[in-house]
Amino acid sequence: MSVHVRMELPAPLRSLAKVKSAVVLEVEEPATQHALVSALEERYPMLRGTVRDLVTGERRAYLRFFACGEDLSHLGMDALLPEKVIRGEEPFLVVGAVSGGL
Amino acid sequence: MSRVRLLVGTKKGAFVLTADGMRKKWEISEPHFAGWEVYHAKGSPLDPERIYVSQSSSWFGQVMQRSDDGGKTWKAVGNSFPYEGIPGTHQWYDGTPHPWEFKRVWHVEPSLTEPDTVYAGVEDAALFKSTDGGQSWKELSGLRGHDTGPHWAPGAGGMCLHTVLLHPAKPEQIIVAISAAGTFRTDDGGETWRPINKGLQSAFLPDPAATVGHCVHHIARHASRPDTLFMQKHWDVMRSDDGGENWREVSGNLPTDFGFAIDVHAHEPETVFVVPIKSDAEHFPPEGKLRVYRSRSGGEEWEPMTSGLPQENCYVNVLRDAMAVDTLDDCGVYFGTTGGQVYCSPDGGETWSAIVHDLPAVLSVEVQTLP
Repeated sequence: MSVHVRMELPAPLRSLAKVKSAVVLEVEEPATQHALVSALEERYPMLRGTVRDLVTGERRAYLRFFACGEDLSHLGMDALLPEKVIRGEEPFLVVGAVSGGL
Repeated sequence: MSRVRLLVGTKKGAFVLTADGMRKKWEISEPHFAGWEVYHAKGSPLDPERIYVSQSSSWFGQVMQRSDDGGKTWKAVGNSFPYEGIPGTHQWYDGTPHPWEFKRVWHVEPSLTEPDTVYAGVEDAALFKSTDGGQSWKELSGLRGHDTGPHWAPGAGGMCLHTVLLHPAKPEQIIVAISAAGTFRTDDGGETWRPINKGLQSAFLPDPAATVGHCVHHIARHASRPDTLFMQKHWDVMRSDDGGENWREVSGNLPTDFGFAIDVHAHEPETVFVVPIKSDAEHFPPEGKLRVYRSRSGGEEWEPMTSGLPQENCYVNVLRDAMAVDTLDDCGVYFGTTGGQVYCSPDGGETWSAIVHDLPAVLSVEVQTLP
């Protein structure tokens, strides 16, 4: 079984993946953060390792995960996605730390 | 008529600068990989249309790009750089053990003999090799696994492997340089390595002549004399005539022997270029004068080349990979600055002009001489 999840990416990753807006991903259940990022990397191989570290598998330190008005960053990659995200009613947001760097 | 193509890596993207053999009128591309740090971009000597780029970001990590059409289009290739085995530790700034952690690719070096082979020098210091055009990378782990590896420590810029020299006649010989571990050589294609730092003196070390621990900034050679090496060290300009077995200082009359970039004239193996920089902390040209120093005697005697370069109020830096020479009859010399200028001398350093003034801080400059 799988679900469809809408994912919002920071502009640099949209540019790298050559997409203009949110991406809709088919995610295997159980629909965890890990499964969602795996679906992203499968669909867009150029994004492999840009959201999570290739060695540890953990979310990159300068990125946060939000959905449904909640900060999901510290729930861990095995955490299930919120119900409204799984039902396609809310997007899953990947947000970069504010600042463009020097 | 021949053409030249400059590959410029900056803090905020890569730029491709092209000109005909006169090197007077330049076309400057839009930024590639805008917003990302491009530590290095380099073309294959076997297929100049093939270009490899290291693209990285504190937010999103490392991405590798490859072009097969001279930089018009790009394809993301492999970005997994796994250390072999259990990585272990090196020394941290305070001397305590610190785990080996991949951070970014500082330098890409396409093979001189195999079109699909390319090397990547990374931080934390290691050398990786790809034999499939960058799709996958394997560590040449004998380097990091050298007995001295646990004693290597980073320079202020990180513990980076930034220089990769491939021998034009001996494919099994590779020389690399690491800040701040020093220079290492393999003669068996990367299986085994040994430090080649004899003659280097670093006052900041408890033993200034130690086997490892030297902050080598860059090394250059002329293809016709591969055993002659010129090194810009944290302090001192050095020379070896035996493939790095022994080094001697050739700083001579330079106004300061600190700097980052060094290169050799394309047709004159004893003509060397450096850009002296004031240090320890300032890292800008002495007296606010941006001067390339040229030696036509293989070091010791240096002359300032200033025509066309700012001679007052100039406080930029020229980083280690930000100087290159073309192979046209009148050798072109190029360098980029942290102020975003890219300078060209179409006459071996005699006169200079800025190709572009206002790029992001330049991290690297490579040039391709095209038919």
